[in-house]
Amino acid sequence: MTETRVLLENIDEPGLNTIEVYERFGGYGAMRKALLEMTPEDVLHELEESGLRGRGGAGFSMGKKASFIPKGSLDKYLCCNADESEPGTFKDRLLMQKNPHLLVEGCVIGSIAAGANRGFIFIRGEYELQADILDAAVREAYEKGFLGQRILGSEHSFELVVHRGQGAYICGEETGLLDALEGKRGNPRLKPPFPANQGLYQGPTLINNVETLCNTPGIVDRGAEWFKSMGEGNSTGTKIVSLSGNVQRPGNYEIELGIPAREIVYGLAGGPPEGRTVKCWFPGGSSAPVLKEEHLDLPYTFEAMAQAGSMLGSGAIIVVDDAQPLVPLALRLAGFYRHESCGKCVPCREGTSWTVKTLERVDNGEATPMDLEIMGQVQQNIIGNCLCVLGDSMAMPIGSMLNLFRDEFEEHIERARRQRDLEDMGVVSQAGAA
Amino acid sequence: MRRDEGALHSAPLPPGWDEANRLDDDPATVPDPATVEVPPALRAEIEGHMAKYPERHSATLPALGAAQRLHGWCSPEAILQVATVMQVTPAYLSAVATFYDMLRTQPTGSRYVYVCTSVACHLKDAKSVYDAIAAEALEQGLEGVEVREFECLGACEMAPMASVDGRYVGPIATSEAAEFVTAVREGRDPFPGRGLGDDK
Repeated sequence: MTETRVLLENIDEPGLNTIEVYERFGGYGAMRKALLEMTPEDVLHELEESGLRGRGGAGFSMGKKASFIPKGSLDKYLCCNADESEPGTFKDRLLMQKNPHLLVEGCVIGSIAAGANRGFIFIRGEYELQADILDAAVREAYEKGFLGQRILGSEHSFELVVHRGQGAYICGEETGLLDALEGKRGNPRLKPPFPANQGLYQGPTLINNVETLCNTPGIVDRGAEWFKSMGEGNSTGTKIVSLSGNVQRPGNYEIELGIPAREIVYGLAGGPPEGRTVKCWFPGGSSAPVLKEEHLDLPYTFEAMAQAGSMLGSGAIIVVDDAQPLVPLALRLAGFYRHESCGKCVPCREGTSWTVKTLERVDNGEATPMDLEIMGQVQQNIIGNCLCVLGDSMAMPIGSMLNLFRDEFEEHIERARRQRDLEDMGVVSQAGAA
Repeated sequence: MRRDEGALHSAPLPPGWDEANRLDDDPATVPDPATVEVPPALRAEIEGHMAKYPERHSATLPALGAAQRLHGWCSPEAILQVATVMQVTPAYLSAVATFYDMLRTQPTGSRYVYVCTSVACHLKDAKSVYDAIAAEALEQGLEGVEVREFECLGACEMAPMASVDGRYVGPIATSEAAEFVTAVREGRDPFPGRGLGDDK
């Protein structure tokens, strides 16, 4: 057993989603401590000291982000990004469904650090069950006086609203989320100004992922030193990894950052099905460049994944076994980003579309090796040229597949072309492939 | 797809793309509350949403969602009613509605079946599950239900899976498509025990 359960410690406890059971396990103790025994500066300092990095994808220091929020009596906001749409990721769903009060408590602590008086949990519309559970949890917290005006008699007031999205991947991008929350199409904004200065309703806004906020009660309660004692280097604490794809035991596992990826994929998830080997794996959601089998020996940290040319991202590991042809996978992946591109920036809107068309040509044997060349260049021209990283999120994994598995793409073209020729000559029928 | 069909239209064109705009009409303005009748329950729900935010526009998504639940889709009538309560133009609302996958701008059904065919489900052959369900829906004459492929629904450990009006269910085998569609048609939860949150 190599799991280190902190966030998931009591996750299977029946009724944990109710405030009674949550409080029985010490829930809202950290909030009490933060409000009554600590100053907002202390809370912020503790979060910065802990080295907690954002769990949504970018991995930016949470404490540092909160410290960017200007001081003074402005209208400041806290947004919890619960628009978990990155293919392969389902950790926030588990936390919200089973332990919603942990998130509510985390939101209050985040709001103390940021000096925010209003907060919104932006949850994706598809999570109807989880949104209902969160709504009930927020209601319970209001009844107990853990939300609202002058919480527990302190100076701090905080209003929290659960806001449901209506299905758009781009709303997980922080500025797209803000536009969606303001009731517009979820198009990302130009940065700077960053949300910390000018976010929701033009006010300073702290935006954090569900898992990030869920980590804050533990840090406040047990201290930054405790949090730092877990993990490795600049990747402190635990991380919930979502295992999916060709593994025997898919699911959420909480691990200490720094354990070898092999231990996660084989030890926890049971590895690929009997008789299969790992062809490649996405270490952090479908936006992360794929890595090969040998990279499984790397420690699972933000740094090691970045050094290997990929990223830890949202912590979603998708395993692809050797029976899977890569071209249909790449096509499916690119199709996703084409559909979800908001269309605001040309490189992303056109780049995702042309990548899909080129991959379709590869798939049906019309492409030439030169098309692979061009497709590689298209990926290069997307990266870094848009307001947000949606285009990059396609360009990076597709680019990495082209680099690592170039032979397979060429063989696929050749095989599909021969098949087509045989069909044209009437040697085989179109439906029944020989 | 055969190459003769041309690769240019690899994306399904959005419904209504070839409908002409009525260029002679004046753009619709903010509706006059005195002339548009809005069901009281819908009005109350939208006003409740508007009160939750410092800015009333923030209620756009929940309000459109509420209108869709009532009308089955974001019909011109539904949009007009929301515009009346929120005091915005219908064009503003339809611009928002067309952006989001869960808001229906065509009368495709008042219930939904989203079959995930994204990366993790793709690796578990979700496309054939979707094809089987779509074929079966046609065969059984499933009506009033929007059946479509959907992007990652965030339940990859259940792959291949689907969401039936918000209830996540999986894994679904291709051979179970008929049973699945029958349950949906009869308004039952398909595969009890295999849904997310069934264990509670």
